[in-house]
Amino acid sequence: MNGIIVETLQIAILIGIAPAFTGWVRMLKCWMQGRTSAGMFQPYRDLAKLFSKDIVLAHNASWIFRFTPYLCFGTVVLAGGIVPMLSTDLPLALTADVIVLVGLFAIARFFTALSGMDIGTAFGGMGSSREMMVASLAEPAMLMAIFTVSLLCKSTSLSRIAEVIYTAGFVAKPSLAFAFIAFILIALAENGRIPVDNPATHLELTMIHEAMILEYSGRHLALIEWAGMMKLFLFIALSSTLFYPFGIAGTDNPAGVPVAAVALILKLFISGVVLVVIETGLAKMRLFRLTEFLGAAFLMATLGMLSFFILE
Amino acid sequence: MSLLTDAITEALGGDVRFDSTQSFSPVVSCVVPRQRFTDAAKAMKKSHALLAAEWAVDETPFGRGFAVFACYRWWSEYLIIKIEVPADDPVFPSITKKYVPAYRFERQIHSLMGLVPVGHPDLRPWIKFEDWPEDAWPLRKSFDGQTSMKRVKGEYTWARAEGEGVYEIPVGPVHAGIIEPGHFRFQAVGEMVINLEERLGYVHKGIEKRFESLSWKEGPALAGRVSGDTTVAHSTAYSMAVEAITNCAVPERAYWLRALFLERERIANHLGDIGAICNDAAFAFMLYQLMRLKEIMMRTNHKLFGHRFIMDRVIPGGVTVDISADGKKEILAELDCISAEFERLVVIYDEHSSLDDRVKETGILIPEKARELCTVGIVARASGLNLDCRAMNPYPPYDRIEMNVPVFIEGDVDARVRVRTEEIRESVRIIRFILENIPEGAVSGPVGQPAPETTGFAAVEGWRGEIIYWVQSGPKGEINRCMVRDPSSLNWIGLEQSIYGNIVPDFPLCNKSFNQSYSGHDV
Repeated sequence: MNGIIVETLQIAILIGIAPAFTGWVRMLKCWMQGRTSAGMFQPYRDLAKLFSKDIVLAHNASWIFRFTPYLCFGTVVLAGGIVPMLSTDLPLALTADVIVLVGLFAIARFFTALSGMDIGTAFGGMGSSREMMVASLAEPAMLMAIFTVSLLCKSTSLSRIAEVIYTAGFVAKPSLAFAFIAFILIALAENGRIPVDNPATHLELTMIHEAMILEYSGRHLALIEWAGMMKLFLFIALSSTLFYPFGIAGTDNPAGVPVAAVALILKLFISGVVLVVIETGLAKMRLFRLTEFLGAAFLMATLGMLSFFILE
Repeated sequence: MSLLTDAITEALGGDVRFDSTQSFSPVVSCVVPRQRFTDAAKAMKKSHALLAAEWAVDETPFGRGFAVFACYRWWSEYLIIKIEVPADDPVFPSITKKYVPAYRFERQIHSLMGLVPVGHPDLRPWIKFEDWPEDAWPLRKSFDGQTSMKRVKGEYTWARAEGEGVYEIPVGPVHAGIIEPGHFRFQAVGEMVINLEERLGYVHKGIEKRFESLSWKEGPALAGRVSGDTTVAHSTAYSMAVEAITNCAVPERAYWLRALFLERERIANHLGDIGAICNDAAFAFMLYQLMRLKEIMMRTNHKLFGHRFIMDRVIPGGVTVDISADGKKEILAELDCISAEFERLVVIYDEHSSLDDRVKETGILIPEKARELCTVGIVARASGLNLDCRAMNPYPPYDRIEMNVPVFIEGDVDARVRVRTEEIRESVRIIRFILENIPEGAVSGPVGQPAPETTGFAAVEGWRGEIIYWVQSGPKGEINRCMVRDPSSLNWIGLEQSIYGNIVPDFPLCNKSFNQSYSGHDV
């Protein structure tokens, strides 16, 4: 029973707070650049605006184009159900492990890429091809990083991983450190942040993720943007589960949920600062440097795995 | 005699007739027979001259046919070569095979004046649109500029690339940012650009035609609107061309004030450009900081001269605003503050390795190509060409100001940023010098009415590069023709050429480093 309440609460937090987190990141970014910001709650206003607008749909748009926004939103919400944020007592986490999680993101990406090509504009196809290039490099690296943690915890279940790492307390393990560095690099790529992609640009020719969704408008765009915000939120939550699950409530401790919620918010605040420092301090990479960047992520993950076998 | 006139006399002998009606000293004009136009171009090419402009004039008000002019420059010397084209046989020999930039000038002459360049490889319309009637030639005197254009059906053919994996990306004419319209068509394999074709003309406003219906006094306001960000340089060039044919005595103080405005315009635009280039590499911090500095300058402009861009402050005969002692102090204080902050930002630019990786070796325009394409201004100076009207053929007060011309040979985005950086430093120094040495006196003098059938020429170094105005008075002393050549007319081809071998996502960065004017090109 408790599990279901926590599950519901967690998804509600994901859907409700993700825009605020994006707003927090944007606000910090403005401050770092010496500008006044629109405030932390601007993404909510943007979403409300988009929902109230009509959809402009190309004549040749197929069902894939109309279906993708809902699918993206749905898969991210589902992913939110299996990543332990507040408590390891998650009924859904038993049905799906970390490999399924990567698969969920892959489904959303697959359909977004298809919808990018669906209308037949040059930008959409260009964006899809770039996104697939990034994916083909980022996904193996991400699995590698996650497997390193799984080996350490002897499970691919996210609840189990969180429990093991939490109960072990803070131990500096080289394998975890390598996997964590790899994970940060991958998270930047997966969420289309600087130095991989620029979420704030208007230059179609330089876009990766944005180029695919250029043709979307109205509530479709709102859903895709919202899903993007939730995905960023989820990656922070996932990194917290995998590497620093401090504060999370265990199966035997339902009373720890409020503490876990506070811990989660604190972690979000700090992650936001780290993200903004990275993004403000770096220019975007040349497109073909991405292979080196994500290759480095893969290398880090592999080193993590090797050091597990050799040292631990 | 000088190099270019010697060269043409040697090559064409008795066929050259020098025109003595010119009144502006650095420019020599001559007339050659129509069939020897290409020979003249060959002689110019041999003496390493660059093509500055090519344009046509409808001389029917004088009872003649048409005339085609080509203006060449070598170092500080300009030479205008004219041919006469009878109205019943409107063809002239093309010089495109000698000079690449003539490619667009001649397409433009063909589209707007209806003269056929014989031997030109590509006569698709330029500036003119496919839905204009074929015989609509707006620059001819017989064309009524007041009536609206009839629309017809037409098709523009683009260069095509075919083969496995080649795809086409049409960009524009309407862009996502708040910029001017222009169409770019890329052919790419994967991310590699194999061809870029520009199509411009979307902001064609018929400015050259409009000039002909204005009086000399109304001209500067229109010239100041050819390209809004270069308003001072354009109105200065127009004014100087007019002053040349009216023998107007411009007060010394007015010259110095014009230079002050020009340098302020240069600094403000360069600041914005450097920021925008960094922003295109997703390094937004520089954009916001540099835009802030630019805004400080704009506000000072507004406060001291009554306009943020100093628009409409330069007129034939002088300027309309003066500067007070307090104003001088204010500018000096502002410059101290701006250059101190600017230097800190330059250090960030220099030391930032991830930015460095984007701007170096991107969009290289090699010096050979820059020369072949006769590029001017910042683009030329970033590709090893030492060209600057202020230093080469100094008009007052630059003949009394010592200055360095920064030249880099790399030709990449970084070089174009560095040229701008150095020019900002140089302009700050020049402004300080001007404020110290500006003579007292009136700021404008009387302007007479030009005599019939005289031509005036002026070249002014705007922030993008050399701006040329060529004006001709009609039989009653009115404006018969006003030719406007913005630096963009030459440099746009440079952008097309610099993108080969680059990847598609690097184009915005290259484009921003050129930052050419659409409006100035399309007039």
